[in-house]
Amino acid sequence: MEIEIGHYLVVGAILFTIGVFGIFLNRKNVIIILMSIELILLAVNINFVGFSASLNDIAGQVFALLILTVAAAEAAIGLAILVVFFRNRNSISVDDVNVMKG
Amino acid sequence: MNSDIISFSSLAPIFPELILTIGAFAILMAGVFMKKQVSASLVGVAIGLLVAVAALILVFPSDGVILNGGFIQDSFARYMKVLVLAGSAFALVLSLSSANENALDKFEYPVLILFATIGMMIMISANDLMSLYIGLEMQALSLYIIAAMKRESSKASEAGLKYFVLGALSSGMLLYGASLVYGFTGQTQLDEIAKIIALGDRSIGLVFGLVFLLAGLSFKISAVPFHMWTPDVYEGAPTPVTAFFASAPKIAALALLIRVVTQGFEPISSDWQQVIIFLSIASMVLAAFAGIGQKNLKRLIAYSSIGHIGFALVGLSAGSLVGVQGVAIYMAIYLTMTLGLFAAILSLKYDNIYVEDVSDLAGLAQTRPFVAAMIAVFMFSLIGLPPLAGFFAKWHVFLAAIEAQLFVLAVIGVLASAIGAFYYLRVIKTMYFDEPVHQFAPIPGELRFIMGIAGFLIITYYLTVGAPLANIARSAVSSLF
Repeated sequence: MEIEIGHYLVVGAILFTIGVFGIFLNRKNVIIILMSIELILLAVNINFVGFSASLNDIAGQVFALLILTVAAAEAAIGLAILVVFFRNRNSISVDDVNVMKG
Repeated sequence: MNSDIISFSSLAPIFPELILTIGAFAILMAGVFMKKQVSASLVGVAIGLLVAVAALILVFPSDGVILNGGFIQDSFARYMKVLVLAGSAFALVLSLSSANENALDKFEYPVLILFATIGMMIMISANDLMSLYIGLEMQALSLYIIAAMKRESSKASEAGLKYFVLGALSSGMLLYGASLVYGFTGQTQLDEIAKIIALGDRSIGLVFGLVFLLAGLSFKISAVPFHMWTPDVYEGAPTPVTAFFASAPKIAALALLIRVVTQGFEPISSDWQQVIIFLSIASMVLAAFAGIGQKNLKRLIAYSSIGHIGFALVGLSAGSLVGVQGVAIYMAIYLTMTLGLFAAILSLKYDNIYVEDVSDLAGLAQTRPFVAAMIAVFMFSLIGLPPLAGFFAKWHVFLAAIEAQLFVLAVIGVLASAIGAFYYLRVIKTMYFDEPVHQFAPIPGELRFIMGIAGFLIITYYLTVGAPLANIARSAVSSLF
């Protein structure tokens, strides 16, 4: 069986869905949310590279590299905010992100 | 242009961004190497830089498409950029008097505002999915940090965390949509995408991509059902930061949304119009009801801004020149009302505490009659009472909706605006008919000035700026059609 663009798209879609569910269903800690965000971005990258190969067009791979660099910056900022949050609250549990409601 | 080397003069359309970038780095360096007392004055330099760049855009307009079609400067971009620059500059002015209490007296604050502004300007000028993403992330990453800048505050760090998680999720959705659009058209440039769509019939994958793209963007403009972060972030972030969040980034994201749907997806306008109409109705209705129960002033403004985005989207739903002109006018008026309102809120301080709750405003008409009158003007304008500016903002967008035969949308909008009037009127009632509870500190001069200017423009809108603004907005959006 040959692996075609459809297969890549399915993998991408599954990873994306896992990532989104990881953000909303996880009740344990915020690190898992950060991992889920990375998963979403990597799912998008699989899509881009798959499309780039099947379209024989380089722009998709350029876009994927761009996403990788921005994702690194995003993770750095996310962890920094998490450290600030931990210093104030002494916890990174999702259930403790609850001072403001409404 | 086929040569590999870009000549300096061909970069003229991007000069404002370049100048702002160099200036931001210069301020960053100055802040690192100078003493702390000196670096606090860098806010003034940043404000001057923003004003200078806005003047450059106004005095030496230079239009064109550069960087392989990734960056476009046209009359629409210039109009929106001036609004964004004004929003950022005034947000910095608003932060001056309370910088110490809100831990915003660090030199990083103006630098981050400048970087966010550069990101917003790139968003406004984005003509390619890649530059769109870079601009969006540059703005968003700066805003995450600004939200959590008051490090010792548990509320601010929670606001930063929530903003980060939901913002990153929205970027992910936007990117997933971008990947599908790229895959099904083979293009990343907006006008090329439109050409490909116009050639063939629309595939389901493309519509899927469009919906994901719109979902990601509606997070950024906080349209319902992607508004969850807004009240928490507005409440948790320090008030000057909230003033910034409520003004410039909203305008930039809406400008981006307008450009994406009118340029990139023009051939399938009936598809995106359905989505925009849904977002618009949901935002207007939810904001009108959810605002009623709010006791915190900043949460109330958050729901108010959600509602106003809904009203602005009424104009975009029409998808016509008149409709987008209405949105452009709406954004200018919304900016004035928001900045004026935040200037009023920031000017009220008792026992070194800044007002947070609606009940803190009790009896303001007796203790601070000028501020109370100004808040009343802004609230009446937010309701949309003639002859104040807010009425004309709504009038333009509803007129466009009726011209486009969207009668149901217009009726729902008017009803939502009537229901929403309740919570604005409650604030006015608290100020004018309740007994005073606090003795307020003197009002800083620059806040009084901003309140006065905003109040004057809103009251005399019809006589002074109304007609010129409508003309400017019309010629600005004509570049999109």
